[in-house]
Parts: sequence; C-alpha cells; structure tokens
Amino acid sequence: MTTPTTIRLQRETFDAAAEAAKLTRGRTDIGAVVTFTGICRGDEAGEPIAALTLEHYPGMAEEEITRHVEEACARWPVLGVTVIHRYGRIAPGEDIVLVVTTSSHRAAAFAAAEFLMDYLKTRAPFWKQVEKAGAKNWVAAKESDDAAADRWRGKAAE
Amino acid sequence: MKIRYFAWVRERVGKPEEEIELPAGIATVGELMDWLAGRGEEYAYAFENRKVIRAAIDRTHVRPDAPIRAAREIAFFPPMTGG
Repeated sequence: MTTPTTIRLQRETFDAAAEAAKLTRGRTDIGAVVTFTGICRGDEAGEPIAALTLEHYPGMAEEEITRHVEEACARWPVLGVTVIHRYGRIAPGEDIVLVVTTSSHRAAAFAAAEFLMDYLKTRAPFWKQVEKAGAKNWVAAKESDDAAADRWRGKAAE
Repeated sequence: MKIRYFAWVRERVGKPEEEIELPAGIATVGELMDWLAGRGEEYAYAFENRKVIRAAIDRTHVRPDAPIRAAREIAFFPPMTGG
C-alpha cells in the first residue's frame, strides 16, 4: 500500500491540528503522530523584525520536497506524511512550515519528521528575506543547518 | 535555453529570467557562470562569489561540473534558507 502523502505550497496559513487529524482519522494502525510547526519569530539577533518574505522556485520546490518525502517513506516505516510550506509575506507569530508524520511507533515518526525538516532547511528552494528597521535583507544560510542535514547521509534507517 | 535567478542573485542581475543562446564551448554550469559574469556590471556583481552560488538543471540540484548541453532550464540562486 502506498503511503498517503500531501505536499502543499501556499500563501495562506494552515491548521496543524486539522492536518494531523486528516492523517489519523478512521485508522487504528497508527500509534504515533508527530507534528512540527515552524513559526516566524518576532526578533533576529535581539532586534525586532516586521516580517519575513519567503521566495521559492515554483515547480522545483514541490519536486524537491516530494523526493525527500519519498526518501523518508523508504527509510522509515511511516504511515502518512504531510508537508505544507508557505511563501510570501509572513508576520511574526504566523506559521511558516508544517511537517506531520505518522507511524505505528514513535521512533519512525520522530526520525522522519526531523529528517524532513533538516532537508527543507537546506535543500528545498526557498529563500527568506527579513524586514527590520525599514530595510530588507536576505537571511544567510547557517552552517549548523547544513551539518544537521549532512548527518542523515549514509545513515541507515533505525 | 531559459536561465532563472532567485533571491539576491535575481536582485543583482535585475531580472527573474531570460532566454539565452548558449555560446559554443560552454559545456558546464561553472563555465556558464563564468560567461554570465562577463555580460556586464550587474552580472559581475551577481556572480562575484561563484563558490556560494547554487545551481539547478531542469529543477534538480547540480554541481558546477554538471554538463548543460541537454538542459532546458538552468537556475542560479544563493544557499537555501527555507523551513
């Protein structure tokens, strides 16, 4: 049976609880659901920000996320995956990204969700621009994010 | 061949995409960046630090030594900051 997966890129906000419920409703084989929501913080390096604007590469973003969802499904016994990534202008306190994974036991759901977030940070074609004090600046990539993604390479499924 | 630019590469070049006639002798993504950098001030600025710029051929990540002959669309962009 193929694993039910949902991948959406959208300007609008999302309802994390409703998305998780869609994956678990009516099923008794799922013993674990992990939901991760990334939220826009109101400050950067101690200075208040007005908003983030996310640019993406339409087409490639969906394809790149799909490739990593397929890899997650191959590596761990997950029973469902939902990834929603917003683009456009996002104000502090608003949600940016959602990853939901389900499995029979928690280890696979936690691992798959973390793997997907690490890859979304470094391989999915999205770029954040931060607005603060009237100026807009592109956010620099973090080495710690690259290191987090690299640790999944060549690592066997647990 | 369609070339697309994203984030600060797009801002520096001053356009999101363009069609180019690939000159003879340009075989790889890295050589294409070298050629683009010589097209004017805005391109020189966009491609001044080529080591940090990432590329995709037909919406798949590639390295600078990737061959481009069969490509329909090549994109250049900074390291990604999604999630």
